[in-house]
Amino acid sequence: MSLSEKDIEYVAKLARISIDKKDLNDFADDLSVCLDYFALINEIDTSNVSPTSQSNNLMNVMREDEIKDNMQIDEVLSNAPEHIDGFIKIPKVMD
Amino acid sequence: MDAMLNNTTPAHIHIQNIKDKQYSSYELIQSTLQHLHDQDEQINAYINILDDYALARAKKLDEQISAGSDLPLAGVPIAVKDMLALKNYPTTAGSKTLENFSPTYNSSVVSKLEAAGAIIIGKTSCDEFAMGSSNEHAFTGPVHNPWDIERVPGGSSGGSAATVAARGVAWSIGTDTGGSIRQPASFNGIYGMKPTYGRVSRFGVVAFASSLEQVGPMAHNVYDLSLLMHVIAGHDSKDSTTLNVDVPRYHESLDSDIAALKIAIPKNIFDGIDDVMKEKIQSAIDVFRKHGAKITENVAIDSWKSALPAYYLIAPSEASANLSRYDGFRYGLAKLDESDLWQRLEDTRGSGFGREVKRRILLGTYALSAGYYDAYYNKALKLRTLIKADFDQVFKQFDVIMTPTTPSPAFKIGERLQDPLEMYMSDFYTIPINIAGNPAISIPCGFIDNLPVGLQIIGKHLDEQQLLQLAAFYESETEWNEMAPQF
Repeated sequence: MSLSEKDIEYVAKLARISIDKKDLNDFADDLSVCLDYFALINEIDTSNVSPTSQSNNLMNVMREDEIKDNMQIDEVLSNAPEHIDGFIKIPKVMD
Repeated sequence: MDAMLNNTTPAHIHIQNIKDKQYSSYELIQSTLQHLHDQDEQINAYINILDDYALARAKKLDEQISAGSDLPLAGVPIAVKDMLALKNYPTTAGSKTLENFSPTYNSSVVSKLEAAGAIIIGKTSCDEFAMGSSNEHAFTGPVHNPWDIERVPGGSSGGSAATVAARGVAWSIGTDTGGSIRQPASFNGIYGMKPTYGRVSRFGVVAFASSLEQVGPMAHNVYDLSLLMHVIAGHDSKDSTTLNVDVPRYHESLDSDIAALKIAIPKNIFDGIDDVMKEKIQSAIDVFRKHGAKITENVAIDSWKSALPAYYLIAPSEASANLSRYDGFRYGLAKLDESDLWQRLEDTRGSGFGREVKRRILLGTYALSAGYYDAYYNKALKLRTLIKADFDQVFKQFDVIMTPTTPSPAFKIGERLQDPLEMYMSDFYTIPINIAGNPAISIPCGFIDNLPVGLQIIGKHLDEQQLLQLAAFYESETEWNEMAPQF
């Protein structure tokens, strides 16, 4: 399976990562090599197998809905690149 | 320097000596810090060495010990992989994205270590977001293997392994998503264990592939490894994937009955590796055979070879979702000069992530994207069902499985950077275990051209105790773990 530079551009857009044009080819090559190797999984019949998303089979772990001490807003915002009046500031979303 | 005040001495001996007032925690920390700074000029195992923090903690602990406090790890230094949050101190995950990030809370494992009286002396280097097998992908540069500084220490917990090998500290904490504790333990001639999935809390650990990763102990002797495992294991209400089961006092029952042991060696497990490597592993297995263990060779685990592709679909898929949080808005690196929202997001991520992280996010995004989800991601989850079933089947008949930890000893820095697939292959033996969720340990079992080699022992679900017992037995029969590089 061979991926093109265009495929990489498309996936990078989905992942919201800017990629230098000069690197597109390398990423396309790297991913193509991996996908070629992964083709071996097609030889294994999994038609009657259900998927396992994690190995210890715990499901819907519940707890009481109790109020507990939580972080103060100052703490939460201490790592925010920009904040104003107790809110995280981001560029405008709509014109 | 007092010969006792170095970390060739096991941590549990330091604990006793500090209790007996042979020296203070402060003296031990001072001497350890001096040692670490000297070594790190060549090894580069640390992203941050926490001088002031560690000395202040030592002073306080000395006071507590004088006042009669009896904490199980009182006053001894430990190194922690920089994937675990330490409140108010930089926690970078080896990434430029988090270079200036200091978390506002502790990871649960850090809380447990501190509550037990251990002193976190530094945050160790790792491949960026724990993605890598060589520790060449940290923003602070490659870590060097103390056995040969031109070689990699393995990864992603390369810093945690290298500093223990060099006896900078006696023990450390790593994380293992596909082999990231065991492979570097093997490359450095020390012990490292990946616990059962759910045995140790992941709360406050920088997320990479949540269904696969576990925090685990690394040490240069089995008693320390077992004591550390006891301290960090257990249910945590802050991590709902942790198992609510009792934690044994591993270090207090390290004796075992080797004659009753049934060991499985998987079929074709030595295919494609050097004869010298094969011979080292076989002579390690022979030590168990000689003491009466029943060894069965050619045990079929047909799904083994599908584990590597399954892993490199599942882990990058989870990573692509987990790392979507690095948006430049809430925390971490931000390209503030860009005023357009989407452009800021893309530029922040494009400049903050290194090459391997981008590669995996792209791969994961591709595997999850419309039209490929069933063929790749969902297929990989079905393979996981088969792999887990194969392991369950083997453990109905056998106590443990033994394999090499890695296909070869440590390779040279730079050697595999241009060939991601070859790099991924170095985790061939360790990856299936993360997929199945079982515990596994790497124990030092010899040298090839002065480079350490490790034996991997895989255990039943939640049976870390047996792995530690077998490691303790092998440790008592051989002297591999006592060999340390000249530093």
